[in-house]
Parts: sequence; structure tokens; C-alpha cells
Amino acid sequence: MKLMPLAIGSLLNRRFAVVLTTLTIALSIGLLVLVEQMRSEVRSGFYRTVAGTDLIVGARTAPIQLLLYSVFGIGDATNNVSWQTYQELKGLPEVDWAVPMALGDSHRGFRVMGTSLAFFDHYRYADRQPLVFAAGAAFDDLFDVVVGHQVARQLRLALGDHLTLAHGTSRVTLQHHDDHPFSVSGILAPTGTPVDQQLYISLAAHRAIHIGWETGVRRPGAGIDAEQARARQDELEPDSVTAILLGLKTRAAVFGLQRRINDYRPEALSAVMPGITLQELWRITGVAEQMLRLVAGMVIIAGLLGMVTVLLATLNERRREMAILRANGARPVHVAALLIFEAGLVAAAGIALGLGLAIAAQAAAAPWLLSHYGLHIGLSLPAAGLWLVLGAIWLSALLVALVPALMAYRRTLADGMQVRS
Amino acid sequence: MNQALLNLESIRFAWPGQSEPVIDIQALSIGRGERVYLHGPSGSGKSTLLALIAGLIRPQSGLIACNGLALKDLSGRKRDRFRADYLGIIFQQFNLLPWLDVKANVILPCRFSRRRAERAGDPQSAAAELLEAMDLESALWHRRADNLSVGQQQRVAAARALIGQPSLVLADEPTSALDADRRDRFLDLLFDRIDQAGSALLFVSHDRELARRFDRTLDLTTINRRGAGP
Repeated sequence: MKLMPLAIGSLLNRRFAVVLTTLTIALSIGLLVLVEQMRSEVRSGFYRTVAGTDLIVGARTAPIQLLLYSVFGIGDATNNVSWQTYQELKGLPEVDWAVPMALGDSHRGFRVMGTSLAFFDHYRYADRQPLVFAAGAAFDDLFDVVVGHQVARQLRLALGDHLTLAHGTSRVTLQHHDDHPFSVSGILAPTGTPVDQQLYISLAAHRAIHIGWETGVRRPGAGIDAEQARARQDELEPDSVTAILLGLKTRAAVFGLQRRINDYRPEALSAVMPGITLQELWRITGVAEQMLRLVAGMVIIAGLLGMVTVLLATLNERRREMAILRANGARPVHVAALLIFEAGLVAAAGIALGLGLAIAAQAAAAPWLLSHYGLHIGLSLPAAGLWLVLGAIWLSALLVALVPALMAYRRTLADGMQVRS
Repeated sequence: MNQALLNLESIRFAWPGQSEPVIDIQALSIGRGERVYLHGPSGSGKSTLLALIAGLIRPQSGLIACNGLALKDLSGRKRDRFRADYLGIIFQQFNLLPWLDVKANVILPCRFSRRRAERAGDPQSAAAELLEAMDLESALWHRRADNLSVGQQQRVAAARALIGQPSLVLADEPTSALDADRRDRFLDLLFDRIDQAGSALLFVSHDRELARRFDRTLDLTTINRRGAGP
């Protein structure tokens, strides 16, 4: 390619303007890629979490709300599901497993979930992966607690450590269950889901620490001490749970069961299919995503226009160069091609740099998303669709460069040798 | 006179939108290896005549033939090819691409013409040889072209015009930016290499002092019969 060294030399000669133009394009491409990547990564992060659950059951509420407060720890439940209903659901023939969730307590900002051993046995995430203990085992004693990977890591918890739970889920809590210290019996391996951000105690323990708290605050003298609680362990049964995760024997039964739960007479319940509810959620967030895309698209147009502006602004000063090239045998087509070539190089550099920026930003945001939302953000390359978009942007850069290229072409034809410098 | 290299017959040319022709020449011919000095006042059509000969513009009527090729009948693409293959061009000043180094500037015609590249043999060593002959030491060869003095730049331009031995060198007042000493030195070097390359030279200037050094002198005001005014 005989024009390549010429184009590179010419670009280097204008390196200041070229670098600024490349940066403009890079920032716009970075914004676009970041929006797209985060969108797909956040979505797949949410799907990972609920991949193994067929139905989530809670007190009647909006499906998205139920999904968010039960699994993702966003928001709080307004009502509970009775223990009797849990027992009935668990006994249904099409139900394979049922995991009860009793929420409402926390430990230093991390949610505490009262649950049964079924959680460790049956909960599945991502590609139907089971939960694994990195150390220790599930709770055995009444006051045992299992902690998620991030909880253990951030609070530097080890097996046998003691901790007290706080009543309520806000980070600043004045009321503590300090009469009942728990001891860490197990630490879960990382999952890249909100499971990493929670602590797990048995339902009996959840019940025990709340005896005497029926009004929402502690009634002095009404609680039971640890030994009393252990003695009564078998009769400590909660009145209610916050939500129930259900796994069915066959997926085909999910629609029928969902309808029956929603129509359940004794209690007002909601049953949601996590995948479909997530779709609804994306429909809502989709508006914001479209706005971000629109903004990114505008910025890209601005970047390309900036590039053409630079090319056009240099046309006059380059008139001399064009005449020299012509006098030495370059055809008008060469002169036009040189400009398009330069635009192609600048746009390609901008796109490559933008991709790098987006990936760097993603890498920077990943730890924050993991610690705040338990969402695992992978560093993936853009999907095929995004590559097509980037290719189209590159082609449009060549297209808009046609404007200065054609102007240069016509000028070289008209100028002849009478070049004013 | 040798066999004619360039022949112009009944050439008329007017810039677009102008009714009066700038160029109206009955006959003009240049032989192979001949050095022709062409002078005329500013605005007498010197640059336009060079552009016609270079095939950058086409006359409205008449015949231009170079090396047996009738330029007027050639397509734009073929005229570009002809210029790249057979012509070396030196402007008044600012001849060089500022963002290429000196040597790359000299090799430029070989990028666009295979014939010139082949006749130069190895363009790199041909360029080195020409630069040396033009009295430019090798320390300068890899400098950016715009770091050189005007006199040095004109010698680089001469080296470039001569690479690959073109049949005809067109020079449009190449010495006007040089003082007398450097002008004479430039002409010495240029003539020396032109003789070696066997090229003809059409040298445009309004500096009549130079005329004696050429085989033939032409006055554009006498051969160009166009009306008065630019």
C-alpha cells in the first residue's frame, strides 16, 4: 500500500489535533461499549442468581418487588407468609424442594437469612451449580451461623468467630440481639451472586432470638437465654417466613402451580417466575438504557463531526501538499484516498482506544458492584452485535471523510499548478 | 536540434468562466535533452503553460504531444500516468512535503510511477546518489524536509525531479527565492545532473541573466498571441 506511509507521516505531522480527535472518538466509543457491556453483564449477573429457582413465593405484592427483596436484598418485605402455608407448599407433589427465607436481621450491614438446611442442599445458581463450603459446614448448633464469601472476606471472619446480629437491616442499628452471640460454623465458597453477601442461620435460631420481640422491640425479661433455647430447639418454629424459593420436579408444572398459588384462598400470595419477572424489570430499566444509548450515539456523532472538522480545517493548509503530490504523479483519487485513509486510521485508533477504556472502566467498577450488590461482572469482549455496531461506526467515519476527500479531489483538479501557498 | 520531444500546435486555453484565452500559442517544440529558457512578465501565462504541458489542465483546442503521446486525447488517468512517468517538476518554492524526511521526498515519484522506479534501479540508492550530487550531505537525508534552508530544499526538489530519469523537467522559477551565489550553484548542479539523465529542461524565469546558460531562449510575450491583460 503506497499511501500508507504517506498517511501515517501526514497524521504524525498533525499529531496534536489527531490525538485530540482520536480521544474524542475514543471517549464516545468507550461510553457506548461500557453501556452495552454493563447492561449485558448486569443482566447475566441477575440471571445467574435465580437460574436454579422455578418460583419465588411471598405475600401478595408486585412481582418485581418480591423478586428484589427476596433474592437481591433490595427493599424490604411488607408482609410475611404463614408457616402453615410453607408446610403446605413444601408438601405439594410437584414441589421438589422448598427453601424458606426469614429476613429482617443484619450483621454490620449484611443481611441475615433464617433458612433451613434445604438451602445448602438445593439452591442452585448460574449453570445449576450447587453451593459449596470453602470451610466448615452448615449450622448444627442452634447458634451456629454460616457466612457468605464476601461477608467472611470483608469482615475477616474465620470459623469459630463470634458475632451478634442486629435487629433490622439498616447499617446503623441501635438494637442488637446481643443476648445471643452466634459462632461461625461454615464459610461458603464464592458464587458471584448476592449469596456471597449474606449470613445464614437456622429458622429455629431466627425464632429464638426474636422471642420477646413480638412488638418489634425487646420486652425486658421476656426473652429466653441460650440454654433454654437449646432445650426447646425442636419446638422453636417460626410463625411465618418472608419468602419461599421453590424448585419443581418438572418445569412444565410451573405455570399451573403459579396460578394455584396466586389464587390460594387462605392467604394472599404472589408466586413469580424469576426469569419472566427479570424481563419485566429490564423493560423498566430499558428506558434508561435507551437514553444512555442515545447519548452515546450523539457523542459518537459529535466525535465523527469533530474529525471531519479537523480534516476540513487542514484542507487549506494542505492545498500545497496536494499540489506537490499531484506534480509527482499522484492522481486526484490518491489525494482523496489519502484523506479517507487518514480518517480510517484515526477512527480505528479511536475505536480500539475506546474499547480499552470501556474494559478498564468495567474492571474498575467490578469490585464495587461485587461488594455492594453481590453482582459478579465478568470482563468479556463485546458480543457479535456490538462488533457490528463498531464496524458500522468505522464505516461511517470513512463515509463522512468523503466530504473533505471530495473537496480535495475537486480542488486538485481545478488548481493545476497555480498553487498559492 | 534533436528529434522533438515536445510539440505544441495551435494551443488555446482559457480558464473556466473567462472568454479571453490566457494561452494562444501557434507552435512550440523542445528537442530531447534540450535546455530551453522561457521568460515573460508576471501574469503572461507561464504557469498555465507549464500546467498544460504537465497535463494538469487540458487546452480547449490544439495539440500537445510529448514522447509521441497526444496528451489531449488521453484520459485524466492516463495523463496522470504520463506525468508520473515522464515529467519532473520543480516549483518556485515549498516543493517538499514537510512531514516526510528528505530522502522520502526524493523517492516520492517512484511511489506513483513504476517506470520511474524501474529506471531508478534501487530508488534508495538512486536518491542517495542524487542527493550527494546535489551537494547535500547524508546527515541531512533523514531530517524533516522543512528543517532545511530554502536553498537546500530547492536542491532536494531538483533531486526529486530527476530521479528515474524523466524525459522532461519543468522548472517554474526555481531560483527566485535564492540569492545570486546560491542560484548559480543550483544551476550548476541541476545542469550537471540533467546532462547525465539525458532529460530536456524547460526553465521558466523572469531573471534574464540566466538566459545565456541555456541552449535556447523563448519569450512568452512573443509566442503567446493572446490579448492584453492577465
